Amino acid sequence: MTRAKKMVDRIKELMHQPDRIRNMGIVAHIDHGKTTLSDNLLAGAGMISEELAGRQLYLDFDSQEQERGITINSASVSMVHEYKGEDYLINLIDTPGHVDFGGEVTRAMRAVDGVIVVVDAVEGIMPQTETVLRQALKENVKPVLFVNKVDRLIRELEVTPEEMQKRFVKVISDVNKFIKAVNPQKYEEWKLDVTNGSVAFGSALYNWAVSVPSMQETGVGFKEVYDYLKADNSKELAKKSPLFKVVLDMVIRHLPSPIEAQKRRISTIWRGDLESDVGKAMLNCDPKGPVALMITKIVTDPHAGEIAVGRLFSGTLKAGTELHILDKKAKNRAQTVGLFMGPRRVEVDEIPAGNIVAIVGLKDASAGSTCSTSEDMEPFESIKHYSEPVVTMAIEAKNPRDLPKLIEVLRKLAKEDPTLQVTLNEETGEHLISGMGELHLEVKVERIRRDFGLEVNTSPPIVVFRETVTTVSPSVEGKSPNKHNRFYIVVEPCPEEVIRRFKEGEIDMRMDKKERRRLLQEAGLPGEEAAGIQEYFEGNIFVDVTKGIQYLNETMELILEGFREAMQAGPVAREPVHGLKVKLVDCKLHEDAVHRGPAQVIPAVRSAIFAAMLQARPALLEPMQKVYITVPQEMMGAVTREIQGRRGQILEIESEGDAVTVIAKAPVKEMFGFAGAIRGATSGKAIWSVEFAGFEQVPQNLFEQFVMEVRQRKGLKLEIPKPEDFIG
Amino acid sequence: MKFIIIYLQNLTLKPSKKFFELVPNGITSMITFVGLGLRDSRDITLKGLEAVKKADRVYAEFYTSRLSAGIEELEKEFGRKIEVLERKDLEEESWKIVNEGAEKNVVILVPGDPMIATTHASIVIEAKKRGVKVGIIHNASIISAVAGITGLHIYRFGKTATVSYPYGDTVSRTPLDVIKQNLSINAHTLLLLDLNPEPMTIPEAVTILKRVDDGTLNHFAVGIARAGGDSFIVCDNFYRLKNYDFGEPLHSIVFLGKTLHITEYEFLREFASPPDNLAEIVE
Repeated sequence: MTRAKKMVDRIKELMHQPDRIRNMGIVAHIDHGKTTLSDNLLAGAGMISEELAGRQLYLDFDSQEQERGITINSASVSMVHEYKGEDYLINLIDTPGHVDFGGEVTRAMRAVDGVIVVVDAVEGIMPQTETVLRQALKENVKPVLFVNKVDRLIRELEVTPEEMQKRFVKVISDVNKFIKAVNPQKYEEWKLDVTNGSVAFGSALYNWAVSVPSMQETGVGFKEVYDYLKADNSKELAKKSPLFKVVLDMVIRHLPSPIEAQKRRISTIWRGDLESDVGKAMLNCDPKGPVALMITKIVTDPHAGEIAVGRLFSGTLKAGTELHILDKKAKNRAQTVGLFMGPRRVEVDEIPAGNIVAIVGLKDASAGSTCSTSEDMEPFESIKHYSEPVVTMAIEAKNPRDLPKLIEVLRKLAKEDPTLQVTLNEETGEHLISGMGELHLEVKVERIRRDFGLEVNTSPPIVVFRETVTTVSPSVEGKSPNKHNRFYIVVEPCPEEVIRRFKEGEIDMRMDKKERRRLLQEAGLPGEEAAGIQEYFEGNIFVDVTKGIQYLNETMELILEGFREAMQAGPVAREPVHGLKVKLVDCKLHEDAVHRGPAQVIPAVRSAIFAAMLQARPALLEPMQKVYITVPQEMMGAVTREIQGRRGQILEIESEGDAVTVIAKAPVKEMFGFAGAIRGATSGKAIWSVEFAGFEQVPQNLFEQFVMEVRQRKGLKLEIPKPEDFIG
Repeated sequence: MKFIIIYLQNLTLKPSKKFFELVPNGITSMITFVGLGLRDSRDITLKGLEAVKKADRVYAEFYTSRLSAGIEELEKEFGRKIEVLERKDLEEESWKIVNEGAEKNVVILVPGDPMIATTHASIVIEAKKRGVKVGIIHNASIISAVAGITGLHIYRFGKTATVSYPYGDTVSRTPLDVIKQNLSINAHTLLLLDLNPEPMTIPEAVTILKRVDDGTLNHFAVGIARAGGDSFIVCDNFYRLKNYDFGEPLHSIVFLGKTLHITEYEFLREFASPPDNLAEIVE
C-alpha cells in the first residue's frame, strides 16, 4: 500500500470520529510565514516530502500565487497527526493575508473552529494580523499563537536571551489585549498563556518550534534554542523539537473539536430555532440529522468543473444526495463528495458532520450558500465582509469573437469570489469588474489570461465613489408616470452606528421586531423610525413613518425596489449611495392594483429619492487606505514627499534602530501606481503594506471635478442634475 | 393661439358645461378621447367616427384594454392612418400630446369608454391647466355591459378590482379585500383581469387569487369571455371556473354577492348553465 493510499484510509476512518477532528485555519500578516508553516506541517504529517517543504509552497498551488509569493485562494487540506498515541484528523484551511483578499479570509473563518495566529517575532503584531484576527474572533473562532522567525531575533538583531523573552511577552500581551477588546466574554477562556501551551515559538522555515509542554517532553528550552541558533545548528534543533509536532500538539490540545465548537458557535453563525430538528442536529454535530452545509468557496478544476468547498455542520453527505441551495431556491444533486489533500481531490463514499468537504455537482451554489436536505431550513447568516469593493476597471476581449467566453469566465470568477463584482455598463456596453484593491483585480485579470487563455484589454483602475448627503432634505413629492400614485420622501444622513450594526450583523431584518426596535433606538434612530424600518441595503436604510395607509403593505416591496435601485446608482454621478436614511412620510395610492404596479411605483420612488438627495447638499465619499511604510532612516524624506504628493496625511512615525515606520492615510484614488513610485523613491528599500480605512468625504473643492470625471467616463451629461430633472 | 385665449376666457366663465363638448364651431385645436366600445372596429359611435374624420391626427392606445380588431382593420373602417401610443407617450411624455392638442385637432382612440381606465384623467387635468380643450365621446364598457351579459342588477355591484400578475412572489391582496368589502354589503364584485404582458385568462386569475384566499372565495362566480362579441358565460363555484375553456380573451369575472335577486337567478339559469345549488342563495 502506498503512503498516500494509507493516509487516505486513515483519514476516512477519522472522519467518523468528530472528537478526533480539528478544523483550523492559519492567519497572519503578509510575509509572516503562514504558507511556509502550512507546508512544514503537511510535510511533518507525511503529506509531502520534507525536502520539498518550505520550498514548494504546497498550499500555494495556483501558479500565480507562487510567482507572487503570496497566497491568493484559501485551499483546504486534510492531514493526520498522532498525539498521545491517538490519531487525529486536522483539516487545514489556508487563508490569504493581503488586505485585498479580505473576503476570502472571512469566508474561511466560517468553516473552521480554531486558528493559529502567526506573528513575526521581529515585526510583532501588524495591522493585517489584527484585521484577520478580528474576523476570527467575531465568528467565535478560538485562537492559539505561533511566534515565528525567532531565528531572526538572534541572528539578525542579535538580541540577548532576556530581550528575546521581553519581545515574546510583548507579542503575547498585544494579542491578549486584542482578544479582550474584540471578544471580552471569551477572554478568560481564550487568553493566551505560555504555561498552558497555547503559545509556541519557532521558525517555520527552519522547521523547529518549542512550547512549555514540549520543553517538558524534550528538554529543549529557550536556553537550548538560544545556544543552537548561536551555533547556527537549526538542523539539530529541528530534529530534537520538530515544528509539526509542537504546533500540531498545540492545535489538538487547545483548539476545539467540532463537537465542542458547534455547541457554542452555532448560535453565532445561525439565527434559526436551536430547538428545531436541524438546530439540534447542528448543536450536536449529528451525522444522522438533516444535511446542513455552508459553502465557503468555489474552486474551478479543469476536469471536474466547479467544486464547492464547505463546512458540514450536520448530517452525512453521500454522492447522489439531493440538496436544496437555499439562497438560490434551487435543487442540485451532489455527484461526488471528497476532500482535499493539497491540490489533489480524493473522492470518498460519504462524509459525516464536522468535516470540510469538497462537492462536485452543486452548480447553483456560490461562496456563502447554505445547502440542506431540508427545504425550509433557515439559511446561515450571510458571511460578513469587512471590506467593500472600492476599485473598478473596464475589461474587454481583445478579439470581439471571444465576448461570449469572457462573459462566461467573468460569471465563474464572480461565483468563486463574492467580493468581486461584475457589472455591465449599459451606456457603453463595457464589462466592469470591481474589487477590493488594485492587486485584487490584477490577480483576477491575470487568471483570465492564464487559466482561461483569454486575451483581454483592461482600463487603468478607477476608484468607486459613494454618493451621500450632508443635511436633511425637504419633503419631496414623487409622482408615478400615471400621476395616480404619490410618494412623499425625506432623505437625511443615517447615524453611522445604525449602519455599522446592520453591516456587522448585529441587527438584521429577520430578527424579532421589538428587539430590532430597541437596538435601533440605542444606535440613535428615533422611536418612530426604529419601529418603521423596512429595509437595509448596502449601507442605507428605508423607514416608513406613515400611519394607516390602505394598500401600502402590498405596495411596500415595489417601493423598496425603487429604493434599492436608487441606492445602487445615485443621482450625482450614478455611483452607489452610502449612509442615507430614506423616510417615507406620506403616500397616496390608486385604489386598483394594476394602476400601482412596478412600472408606476418603482420610478416614482426612485425619482423622489433622487430629487430629495439633490436638495440635501449631496457629497461624494472616497475610499481611503492606511499605509505602513518601513524604510531606513535617511529615506524618510522621500517617503513623506511621496505621501504628501498623494493627498496623504502622516499619522504616526515610529522608529526602531535604524528603521522608521511611517503610518499614513491617503485616498485610494491617489495610491494607484504607488508600488512603482515608492520603489523608485527608496531604491527598493521600502517594505510597505496597506489596509482599507473606510470612506471619507471628498474635499468640497474637488467635488465638482471628481463628479465630472465620473460623468464623462460614463458618458453622462457634464452637469450635476437638478431636482427638477427628476420631478418635473 | 387666438382661439385658445378666447376659449380660456370661456372656461373661466362657465367651465363645466363647455369643457367636454364635441368640437365646437370655430375651435380648430383640442384633444378628443373617443371610446371604441367593446369588441371591434364597428362599435365606434357616429359622433366618434365624425371626430375621427375631422381630426388632424389620430392616435390609439391599447394598454388599458384591447379590441379583437387589429389596427389595420380600424384604419380601413375609419379611412384614416392611426398611430399607436405606448404607455409612456401618455404618461411620462404626455406633455407632447398636450402641446400638439394646443395646435391641432387630436383624437385619441381608447377601447371601451375612455375614462373608465382612470389613467387618462391625468391628461385631462394637465390639458385643463395648460388651457387646451378636451372632449370625450363615450361608448360602452364592460362596466355597463356586464349587466346585460349576466343579468345581474347594476345597482347591486360594489367596488371593481383588477386581478394583476404577481410581482416576484407578491400577489396583490386587493381583489380579495374588495370582494370581502362587497360581500359585507351583499354586493357583486366585477373582477377585471390584467392585460400585460398578456391578457390573463379566467383559470389563471383563479390560480393567482387562490394564493391569497382565506376561505372567502369558496362561493359562486360568473366567468365572462368576449363581452360585446360572441360572448360566453358560465356560472359556477369560483374555483370550478378553472375547469372551463373560455376561449379567446378578453375575460372577466363577477364574484357574486351573498344572495341573488330572483330575476338575477332566472337570467343566470337561462344563460349561464349554473349548478343546481345556485338556487339556495336566491333571496
